[in-house]
Amino acid sequence: MHLVVCVKQAPDTEALIKLKPDGSGIEEAGIKWVMNPYDEYAVEEALRLKEKNGGDVTIVSLGPARAMESIRTALAMGADKGIHISDPSLDRADAFVAASALAAAIKSLPHDIILCGQRAIDDDSGQVGSILAELLGVPQLTIIMKLEVAGGVAKAVKAIEGAQVVLESALPCVVTAQKGLNEPRYASLPGIMKAKKKPVDVKNAAALGISVEQKARIIKMMPPPQRAAGKIIQGDDPEAKARELVRLLREEAKVI
Amino acid sequence: MNFELSEELRMLKDMACKFAQNEIAPIARDCDEHERYTPEIRIKAAEQGLVGAWISEDYGGAGVGVLGNTLISEEVSRVDMGIGLNICAASFGCEALYYYGTEEQKQAYLPPVCRGEQVSAGAFTEPNAGTDVAGYKTRAVRDGDDFVINGTKTFITNGSVCHWMVLQCITNPEEKRHQSFSQVIVPADSPGITRNKIRGKMGIRASDTAEIAFEDVRVPAANLLGSEKRGFYQLMHFFDVTRIMVAGQAVGLSRACIDESIKYAKERTAFGTPIGSFQATMTKLTDMATRLEALRNLVYKAAWLVDSGKPDYHLAAMAKYFGGETAVFCANAAVEIHGGYGYIDEYNVQRFYRDAKILELYEGTKEAEIMTIGRYLQS
Repeated sequence: MHLVVCVKQAPDTEALIKLKPDGSGIEEAGIKWVMNPYDEYAVEEALRLKEKNGGDVTIVSLGPARAMESIRTALAMGADKGIHISDPSLDRADAFVAASALAAAIKSLPHDIILCGQRAIDDDSGQVGSILAELLGVPQLTIIMKLEVAGGVAKAVKAIEGAQVVLESALPCVVTAQKGLNEPRYASLPGIMKAKKKPVDVKNAAALGISVEQKARIIKMMPPPQRAAGKIIQGDDPEAKARELVRLLREEAKVI
Repeated sequence: MNFELSEELRMLKDMACKFAQNEIAPIARDCDEHERYTPEIRIKAAEQGLVGAWISEDYGGAGVGVLGNTLISEEVSRVDMGIGLNICAASFGCEALYYYGTEEQKQAYLPPVCRGEQVSAGAFTEPNAGTDVAGYKTRAVRDGDDFVINGTKTFITNGSVCHWMVLQCITNPEEKRHQSFSQVIVPADSPGITRNKIRGKMGIRASDTAEIAFEDVRVPAANLLGSEKRGFYQLMHFFDVTRIMVAGQAVGLSRACIDESIKYAKERTAFGTPIGSFQATMTKLTDMATRLEALRNLVYKAAWLVDSGKPDYHLAAMAKYFGGETAVFCANAAVEIHGGYGYIDEYNVQRFYRDAKILELYEGTKEAEIMTIGRYLQS
């Protein structure tokens, strides 16, 4: 079984994010970068499918030079080889351009299942997996919490409001991983030592023949508005305080 | 000059950090309170290659060198030094095997430790002699094809949980003091061995420490480790390497103290403003951070020199000496920044304060380090 996993490097969840003064993006200096946590679930699931069915796992990542770290981490977890799409013209890619680049790289690879994280924790766009499936012309199973593959069919479970949906798809298909799909393994020490010997192809936009215009553009990034101080209702009479609370919730906060 | 860690070492550090956060942090307080050794964490760590990581791949290790091992030591000690020891010191004693063992001995003893199945120990210290290595009294008498061992060892890390130990003993009493010692590999289940876990340690309470008594314990003469009469020198070399691991613990513990202190200094207010805004707090944080940075560079350099084939054992002694001092300083400042809360076990710094002191006591007291360094400077 040929498994492909798309991996993105994102700021560590504990990193303190600061915006550039002109609002064009975030200050990257001093940030610790990690593999997008949802992509870790995707890598783990691919490794489990490989362990069960045989085959190979290829990691594909779009990003600047530092993205190689996430590829190496996935290789250390047990993936077989990597493709690093690195090109300054793609550094500010939107979801469409990113998916186009990934599709161009994946087209030339044998693929039965393509796994992605359901979204990246940096821009939270959550579109790349779906656009990728469209560009490749294959079905998509998104935000999946459980996956079984047998007899050329992928069976997946997805949580929706108050229920679970069971989806089936022929292969090849795109699966996007949700939290709960599995418990990702550590990149073990022997794995880390082996990772440096595994092949990673670095390709630029020209080599992949990508020349697409981005469809979305970030105009400005702004920090979230500062939360106003809370209000404490004073008084001795609980009934009057409750009445005042209800009035404020209704008239000022407008939540009831 | 290049101060960057290699890509593999960075990945190793990240993994050890993640492992410590996920596996050690949730149980640290409980293990400290109940003096609970953690075999399950050791086995899990071994599955990731963290136990005996410095041992070469030929003998089951990951071959990450002394620097790699120091980084592991730092990351696990940053979360809990006691449980960290159950990982980093699970292979304590293996250094002697690695440097002086025969091929057969290495193949027999090292891989099971790296797999987490067995634990080793170094049985050196005695009730009446610790740092004074030449003052040990335990005796191994040659009898046919065996050694017969009598004596008592104490404060032995992993003492009650180990499967085998490297024993420091007198084999040639007729020789001059320093030439009278040899090292012997002793299986822990040998008849005549009595092991008593030592309870009531101030810190590193998740780590196992025991007193071991030897009464007519027989081991084959083939268990001699290295050369007869060279035990003293072999042990000195042993500490030269293991000291760097201990210095790595000091880096981790000092970092933990600083992390907790910065967090608290920003949260806690006094006189209507965060305590971090007061110069007295800033002085503490600055002193802690500056000393840590200096320590880290000293420790990494000492480790890197070993891996580069240019070991500088005086630098290793300095790293250990400054490490203990820095950790004790940082733990003290962290408790002061936390005030009353730093004195109760609800806050981690209380544990760090108790754990720090051992770094000035074991693996050569700081007073011994001072003598090593002081003599060298005048040599």
